[in-house]
Amino acid sequence: MKALLIRDLRLAVRAGGGFGLGLAFFLIVIVLVPFGVGPETSLLRPIAPGILWVAALLAALLSLDRIFALDHEDGSLGLLATSPLPMEAATLVKAVAHWVTTGLPLTLAAPVLGVLLNLAPAAYGPMLVSLALGTPALSMIGTFGAALTVGIRRGGLLLSLIVLPLYVPTLIFGAEAVRRAADGLDYATPLMMLAAITAGTFALLPFASAAALKMNLR
Amino acid sequence: MELSVRNLSVARGGMPVLEGLSFDVAAGGVLVLRGPNGVGKTTLLRTLAGLQPALSGEVICPEDQAAYASHADGVKSTLTVTENLTFWAEVYGRDVPDDVYAAFDLTDLRDRQAGTLSAGQKRRLGLARLGVIGRKILFLDEPTVSLDRFSVKLFADFLAGRHLAEGGLAVIATHIDLGLDAPELDLTPFKAAPDAKFGQDEAFL
Repeated sequence: MKALLIRDLRLAVRAGGGFGLGLAFFLIVIVLVPFGVGPETSLLRPIAPGILWVAALLAALLSLDRIFALDHEDGSLGLLATSPLPMEAATLVKAVAHWVTTGLPLTLAAPVLGVLLNLAPAAYGPMLVSLALGTPALSMIGTFGAALTVGIRRGGLLLSLIVLPLYVPTLIFGAEAVRRAADGLDYATPLMMLAAITAGTFALLPFASAAALKMNLR
Repeated sequence: MELSVRNLSVARGGMPVLEGLSFDVAAGGVLVLRGPNGVGKTTLLRTLAGLQPALSGEVICPEDQAAYASHADGVKSTLTVTENLTFWAEVYGRDVPDDVYAAFDLTDLRDRQAGTLSAGQKRRLGLARLGVIGRKILFLDEPTVSLDRFSVKLFADFLAGRHLAEGGLAVIATHIDLGLDAPELDLTPFKAAPDAKFGQDEAFL
């Protein structure tokens, strides 16, 4: 498992690996929103939590189709499937690698970008926590979607259609936690729901993804 | 170490392609699969390797000893030759033996990115994977594609001198003569009747 994780991270940071793709997208969206909405801080402040979370979600979506597509094209997926590494472990590692290359940089960059959206000062900590808790779920759900659509040429549209509805609960609870913190309310409940979603996806989806991959590799 | 296939039927895309196949390969033995394009050599090898379910019949072989090599090498172009081989060795929980580079004439290419290799060199790297994973039963699908005569000889030497000599066995689909003293199995007589009907195998999930 470690070998696969190291290989995937190494591939991501090498030329053409797509590391930073999600981060750059996130950056661009957050920088552009104040230009589009206008410079009124009173308008930006209430929408900041939602914008941050939607941007993070779309950024995670951007690199999903690469999770299995490249390995499928060059044959490594079939070779991995016949290796002693269980497919469940392989999909889990793929999700973790995707999170380290997209979710983690997003989470770390979010506080800096929150300034651009005039996010309420009280919301910075909860936002960091909510992204750290929620983005792993985005990667795991996305890995499941990628496993379902592997082998389909130009499967990106189908992948987005499958994955976006599954992303909605994460988005709702993630943005809700930040909004409540910004309004000075108790934000523990949405954070707990978010943690529950992440725990649930990591418990169930590796098995579902492995089953989908086995079907698609036939 | 022995591979036994009993009355095996295989399908591709739900359509049966081969049926009633039975053969044995003993330790140190090679079986060469022959047959025209599309007869089902790849499908048979994928079924033997466990990538897809058999329609009927059984494949008896020791668990966790089989390895599969397809048309595609699974070589990552942005990793170096050494990194590619080390990855596969680690997945199988082994170390890369030093002599594998010499066996596949990769010594001078160790630190090159795989993307800069020629098709034949890439193929040799893909085959070198078989030398590091230490599996005894190999299912090889056209292993010599894009290899020159010298490399084919290298590969045949690896098979005969290391793999088979150490008690391994191999089932190889190929159109060329590897220079191995091996029985050949022509798959044409086992072609499935076109009207044979089988349901989808849900149990595989």
